[in-house]
Amino acid sequence: MANAMEIYQFLPKTNCKKCGKSTCMAFAVALLSREVTVEYCTPLKETKFKKNYEKLLEIVAPVEGSTETGLIVHEEKCFGCGNCVVACPVNVANDPQGVGIGRAPTNDKVILQVENGIVRASNIQECRRFGKNRILCNLCIITCPTEAIEFV
Amino acid sequence: MVSCLNKNYYVCTGCALLCDDIEVEVSGDQITTIKTACRKGFSRIRGCIEPMPCIVNGKNVDINTAIKDAAKILKNADKPLIFGLGNSTSEAQKQAIKLAKRIDAFIDDTSSFCQGPTLEAILHGKIRTCTLDDVRNRADVIVYWGADPSNSHPRHLSRYSYFPRGEERQRGWEEDRTAIVIDVRKSHTAKICGDKFFQIPLHTDAFFIDALIDALSGKVPNMLFDYDIKNLLKLANILKKAQFGIIFEGFGIYNIEYMETMARLMGKLNEVSNFHLIPMVEHYNMRGFNQNLFEETGFLNRVKFKKCEKGFDVKYGVDYSIMEVLNTKKIDAALIIGSDPMSYLPRSAAEYLLEIPLVSVGPCENFTSRVAKVTIPSALSGVECGGSAVRMDGVKVRFEPIIKRARLSDEEILKRIIEAI
Repeated sequence: MANAMEIYQFLPKTNCKKCGKSTCMAFAVALLSREVTVEYCTPLKETKFKKNYEKLLEIVAPVEGSTETGLIVHEEKCFGCGNCVVACPVNVANDPQGVGIGRAPTNDKVILQVENGIVRASNIQECRRFGKNRILCNLCIITCPTEAIEFV
Repeated sequence: MVSCLNKNYYVCTGCALLCDDIEVEVSGDQITTIKTACRKGFSRIRGCIEPMPCIVNGKNVDINTAIKDAAKILKNADKPLIFGLGNSTSEAQKQAIKLAKRIDAFIDDTSSFCQGPTLEAILHGKIRTCTLDDVRNRADVIVYWGADPSNSHPRHLSRYSYFPRGEERQRGWEEDRTAIVIDVRKSHTAKICGDKFFQIPLHTDAFFIDALIDALSGKVPNMLFDYDIKNLLKLANILKKAQFGIIFEGFGIYNIEYMETMARLMGKLNEVSNFHLIPMVEHYNMRGFNQNLFEETGFLNRVKFKKCEKGFDVKYGVDYSIMEVLNTKKIDAALIIGSDPMSYLPRSAAEYLLEIPLVSVGPCENFTSRVAKVTIPSALSGVECGGSAVRMDGVKVRFEPIIKRARLSDEEILKRIIEAI
């Protein structure tokens, strides 16, 4: 997955402020947290940056497919073991008699659940990583045996 | 089917965990969404990509002709073999045992070359065991020995053993439980266990167990291979402190020689703490077959029936196992039910199956059915037909069909074969 430094390498590095950010590095960070899109950087449209522009679109493509908390499930890696579903503290708090003891969810308040053999995210606003006062919780990542869950 | 809070739950027959909390959405006769099942269960419930055809000598026929021809082959054979049944319901297994008695057949299943010895020790009461619900409610030290449940039984950790909260383990995996992996490679399960992964060289389980018994007895362990003794003592300390320990024994350690050593380890562990053992059975009803045959004959597998004046005579031993009867060419026909020996037996043994008339019964096409003289399609148990099965820990689970299709179940096919004979 891309990081801010990698994105910065492909930006014009002129700190022109046309995107509304004070520096190109700030723009890279904003791009990674999905505050802005590549289109905000107008100098990138010039012919001399054409290659960089295409490369950037490629880099940020997976970021755009993620949920509001930046959660990405790599479906080809996930085998639906449900470790993340049972380990997620929000899931357990919202459904102690269902996913809390390893069983199927008994209500709709859970964030993660397994459907057709692959984990799916819903109720993203309940996630600890959502909103301004977010906590960088990583319990669904460390319990995944195949590294199928990622936050960007 | 279990009803809970207005939801209908079905049982998944993908592996021997028999998860009974699967939600299914059906439209018409198609299953559209399967919730809670892992990828293994999902592909089982979704059904076969290539369904079994109904064939006699390479020609498509109707099921009545196929059953008649199968009965003819088995009737004319002097020493037939019945093999498989790990993916059949207990009711079908009982019919297969009845058929074996009728035709003086050899009967065996996959446990004869995997976990037979462990199950035998458990059924004879030589090793302490418990149920998976006990594990969820009480276990604090969980050992996966030669097992990788993340791949073989994907929901094992999340449903029963490591992650869920239980009655006496309210903080679940975060504080109350310790998971240990002893394996020859860093498996997916070992990744979750972090520093509680003890890697040992190939074929050294027996030496490792001996050294561990020494460490548990307070002696200086005698390591016969290159291994850090500090690591071993760390493991022994964790095991000693267990309030309710459980060993999940996988395919990595199944040999009969290891079984004796394992029984000694279990004895030692129960002297110093409290330990149980559950074998990681793979096919959903392999343990069911072993228990059914045990009730009938006193043996788990590798049995040959012979009619006599008193009724029937039972012979048991290594000579009657599938590997031995194929290697020594003892059989002259075979009925394979819900299994694919052509793909997993060694070539030297499997080759003989090409020389004899073969009857294959099962829901999906496989290598064995492709070389079989007669193939009979059956309903996918747990999806198209109901029945009962025995979970890996010995708990009997009943299940209902999810959808109804016109195919006959294994039980009905076997009943009709018995009638035709």
